[in-house]
Amino acid sequence: MSNAPLLSLVTFVPLVGAAFILVIRGEAEDMARNARMVALWTSLTTFVLSLFIWFGFERGTSAFQFVEEANWIPEFGIAYRLGVDGISMPFVLLSTLLTPICILASWDSIKVRVKEYMIAFLVLETLMIGMFCALDLFVFYVFFEGVLIPMFLIIGVWGGPRRVYSAFKFFLFTLAGSVLMLLGILTIFFETGISDIPALLTTHLPAGMQTWLWLAFFASFAVKVPMWPVHTWLPDAHVEAPTAGSVILAGVLLKMGGYGFLRFSLPMFPLASELFTPLVFALSIVAVIYTSLVALAQEDMKKLIAYSSVAHMGFVTAGTFSVTQQGIEGAMIQMLSHGVVSAALFLIVGVVYDRIHSREIARYDGLVERMPQYALVFMIFMLASVGLPGTSGFVGEFLVLVGLFQVDTGVALLCASGMVLGAAYMLYLYRRVIFGIMTKADLKTIGDLVWKERVVFAPLIAVVLWMGIYPASFIDIMAASISNLIDNYNTALAAAGQGPESASLAGSLTRPILGQ
Amino acid sequence: MIIADLLASLPELWLACAGMALLMVGVFLRRNTATTVMILSVVAVAVALAVLWVLSPEPDYAYGGLFVNDEFTFFMKSLVLIGALLTIVMSIGYAQREAMDRFEFPVLMVFATLGMLMMISANDLISLYLGLELQSLSLYVMAAFRKDTLRSSEAGLKYFVLGALSSGMLLYGSSLIYGFAGTTNFTELGQILSPDAFDGERVSLGVIFGIVFVIAGLAFKVSAVPFHMWTPDVYEGSPTAVTAFFATAPKVAAMSLTVWVLMGPFSELVGEWQQIVVFISIASMLLGAFAAINQTNIKRLMAYSSIGHVGYMMVGLAAGNEAGIQGIIVYLSIYLVMNVGTFACILSMRRSEGMVEEIEDLKGLSKTNPCMAAALLIFMFSMAGIPPFAGFFGKLYVFLAAIQAELYGLAIIGVLSSVVAAFYYIRIVKLMYFDEPSESFERPLGREMTAILVATAVFVVGFFVIVSPIADSAGIAAAAMIEQ
Repeated sequence: MSNAPLLSLVTFVPLVGAAFILVIRGEAEDMARNARMVALWTSLTTFVLSLFIWFGFERGTSAFQFVEEANWIPEFGIAYRLGVDGISMPFVLLSTLLTPICILASWDSIKVRVKEYMIAFLVLETLMIGMFCALDLFVFYVFFEGVLIPMFLIIGVWGGPRRVYSAFKFFLFTLAGSVLMLLGILTIFFETGISDIPALLTTHLPAGMQTWLWLAFFASFAVKVPMWPVHTWLPDAHVEAPTAGSVILAGVLLKMGGYGFLRFSLPMFPLASELFTPLVFALSIVAVIYTSLVALAQEDMKKLIAYSSVAHMGFVTAGTFSVTQQGIEGAMIQMLSHGVVSAALFLIVGVVYDRIHSREIARYDGLVERMPQYALVFMIFMLASVGLPGTSGFVGEFLVLVGLFQVDTGVALLCASGMVLGAAYMLYLYRRVIFGIMTKADLKTIGDLVWKERVVFAPLIAVVLWMGIYPASFIDIMAASISNLIDNYNTALAAAGQGPESASLAGSLTRPILGQ
Repeated sequence: MIIADLLASLPELWLACAGMALLMVGVFLRRNTATTVMILSVVAVAVALAVLWVLSPEPDYAYGGLFVNDEFTFFMKSLVLIGALLTIVMSIGYAQREAMDRFEFPVLMVFATLGMLMMISANDLISLYLGLELQSLSLYVMAAFRKDTLRSSEAGLKYFVLGALSSGMLLYGSSLIYGFAGTTNFTELGQILSPDAFDGERVSLGVIFGIVFVIAGLAFKVSAVPFHMWTPDVYEGSPTAVTAFFATAPKVAAMSLTVWVLMGPFSELVGEWQQIVVFISIASMLLGAFAAINQTNIKRLMAYSSIGHVGYMMVGLAAGNEAGIQGIIVYLSIYLVMNVGTFACILSMRRSEGMVEEIEDLKGLSKTNPCMAAALLIFMFSMAGIPPFAGFFGKLYVFLAAIQAELYGLAIIGVLSSVVAAFYYIRIVKLMYFDEPSESFERPLGREMTAILVATAVFVVGFFVIVSPIADSAGIAAAAMIEQ
């Protein structure tokens, strides 16, 4: 296995599965069943293959591993380069873990166009994994933006009543951000003549250019994360997307933004990052507090969780730009944790939605009477979302706050208040849905979790507790890469010589952008 | 000497002779004339392509400098011939169904194609004009080919009147250039207008005026804003098979001519014409993006889409460097294939009562004809420039050139307008995939349509694999064009 192109395999096995589903013919019933089976087995195979990455990954080094390279556009030195380091590897695992879960979760709830649905998910998996593995700017961009196509279709074809509006909003918002990043990529490419990401990580770009490039990349990542005030596509997309679509959206797609900050913004534009840190902090604080308050007022469960996602991702961006070991580790853990927890919460909403076909909070009460197992699972993830010690959410938020505290106590204080609000809206949600007296007539016959749902939740619970009780097995993976990132960042700031204030905003903005 | 000249223009000679022979066949054959001539004209164009590839004429001038061959013209002629070939094949079924099965139709296409080859190889304002008029006159007639319908006649007349006006501007510009520079030959013009010949002084105003008029004439032919007014009406009014032809081969020829004129004899005056091209480019991109949003007719939509695409190609021209030319060539190749594929879909939009061309008619296509819907989905995302499809790489190459030339403002406007344009492309996807089906189209599509659809879709999807060889040959062509 040592010489096999492991990353390419993991990336493209889902695509092979999709091609296989494409040629399935037969009666509608058989076709749907076969498509589900093929998709499940393909995604499980991918997951097993990705475990080889987990076990084969050498801890304690910041170097890229499993590196592959093949010519693509030799004229410009653009090549198909893949590789993972401590920052990207966990996300690959997250993607491969969530995809089979999504396919299981849509087993019965998706009844129309099953074949196309499964193809869309497998193609999406390929694009997500490829995005995290890419070590070339252009390869990265192709995967990054390609994700839009299957996600657009998943929301639009299998979504709820306002699916068209949501799908368009999702598509156009994210596209507008990423085209600016494309220009940024082209500019980097012309400035340095390379598109090789590992080489670019050690290349220093001129300070004035960094400012513009940072903004171009920020446009893309901020929409993806999403940061306030460009988060408005997210609640719409989540509410209308099918359950599994929300799971992938919250679980992996939002992480593409956070990953982008860690992979590009911080290491490639350190001066600009330093310059814009106050901006990011401000937006993050607004995200944490404001969207938490908004979440408190929601009447739709999915919308509530969507707003909570924005708040949690606010922690991620704040932690990332604290540029401390704890802060970035916390941001990473928070992203992974949120990937699992919010995915699980959307699945939890999906469970009752499949039975009652409503996501309105007021539509439910006293579910614990009929669904004790469901109440237990819900509680675990609710508490993980709140950040109870012993769950993954606590580790992430705690580390972020520790990191922020070293940089700015005020920011740490405001972010911490978000945790309190988080507890408020989640507990309030839980009380309304699970506790109380069951008064609605049709809830009296509602059934508890069936085995398929237990299979879906079991691995997620395991991961949440594992990450909460023994986070070291995750932190070990990323520590070396993160400390290397911070070292390079500080070296670059020191090399610029004059400390952070020197790259003054006014000075760097005078560079003309129009024409020559 | 004369043999060398003839050899250099063998594909053109062949097409000229074949066109005239086909005319005779049409006149003297008694039965099935239309179909026979149609098939023979496909053969004629295919043979011209084969001659071009087998002979691959040496880079040289011919006919005393009126005619030129190099890697650039070779590439462009290949594109034109491929585009013409595919669109003639696509129109066979259409002509039979829509009572257009007259033998003049394919003959006109052959002559138009001949005109395009002449345009590409023109190295003199005179030969340029001859090629251009041969092409245009054939196209005017083709636009009005269904003379019994009002729309088609109107389209033909409109195209003719405005086309004649633009030809007039082109001629006026040419005469000004000749008057002030003393020659019509591109090579000599290049020498006369080089900075050495001026000792750093500005070139005379008459030449600049001439260039502006020539650009106006050429902008009309490529349907760039503000000379685009004819495009939506002509696209909508012409028979669909003719629209398919308009959108492909003539675009390539006109674009290549524009590049050749501006980057050839006037390449030293880049400072004089660059701002015009930047304006044309921005205006075309924006108009193509915004005006298409409200269209309900798919042919009109494609007209605005083509205006937008011309705007993107102009970005490469505005950059005025070798990378820009390469970008245009790559873009043109992709554009040609995408458009052929899209028009294959549009030509398949027929019901029992005849052709339909409203965008709404595509509703629910993914249920009634999943394969055609999938192909159209691929083309739409590709036109919107979403990776990994081919259209993205076209945009990538032109913006690469713009960034290299430090035209940041142009690039930013360009990518943002591509987001606006994405809206109407994905709207078609929405109709096909998100909406409930209306009445389904007639099936089957026909063997040749299916083959073209599959081939173009595979090209668009698999382009990222072959991006390097295509871009390399485009690079060679661009280098050859810059050197001359």
